Amino acid sequence: MLVANARENMVPLSAYLVLSAVLFTIGVLGVLLRRNILIIFMSIELMLNGVNLALVAFSREFGSLDAQVFVFLVMTVAAAEAAVGLAIIICFFRNRKSVNVDDLNLMKW
Amino acid sequence: MAIAATVCAILVISHRNPVASALFLIATMVSLAILFLALNAPFLAAVQIIVYAGAIMVLFLFVIMLLNLRRDEFGAERRKAQRFFGILFGFLFLILLATAIDVGLSALGRPEATTEKLVPAGVEKLAELLYTKYLFPFELASILLLVAIVGAIVMAKRKL
Repeated sequence: MLVANARENMVPLSAYLVLSAVLFTIGVLGVLLRRNILIIFMSIELMLNGVNLALVAFSREFGSLDAQVFVFLVMTVAAAEAAVGLAIIICFFRNRKSVNVDDLNLMKW
Repeated sequence: MAIAATVCAILVISHRNPVASALFLIATMVSLAILFLALNAPFLAAVQIIVYAGAIMVLFLFVIMLLNLRRDEFGAERRKAQRFFGILFGFLFLILLATAIDVGLSALGRPEATTEKLVPAGVEKLAELLYTKYLFPFELASILLLVAIVGAIVMAKRKL
């Protein structure tokens, strides 16, 4: 499956992409399996990290810095998302005394 | 480093205690930062350590401690069927991603032209790009951060 890289003494792009895919899948599994909203949040961060790794690997592969700027912006958005999300979690916990997503059914139809 | 990142990531989602999960997530991020260094991106490695492992994870740990969870809330109940389907679809998703990578890489071919053109390691080029070509997204990101700060304070404060 792994495509051999022509360049020697460098870890091939495919290895980084596989690791990125594995990290992203672990994040997806965390979102699917866990009921704790904090763990779900951490899994989302894990997915963002996996995507960042793929972007940096591509940046090296194509010799372009644009992807690194994009990673920088992704990190910014992740920080904002974590701040707002954790505030929501604090609000939710204050009202329901729980961090279980099964209790998060206020907007359920 | 890849193995360390994977093992820590698995531990993040499998550990019962959220504090331990957060610590393993920090370990994952540190190993990813080392991988960034190996990928000739030292600025991103530094940002990864400072912003992710520093700021975001401290925020996570702070919230976990603040919520002061009782012991019985750590191990939430899991449904057997959901667990089974979750793992099943997780592996299907991994297969999908692997196929996409395989197809994409074979379609890409081997770009020999980029062999000489290595990414410059310094931060100067990145800063130049950030302040010229990507100035507008950069400013948008700063506004987004401001809005996030205000939003977080509004939501987390008991009464304004």
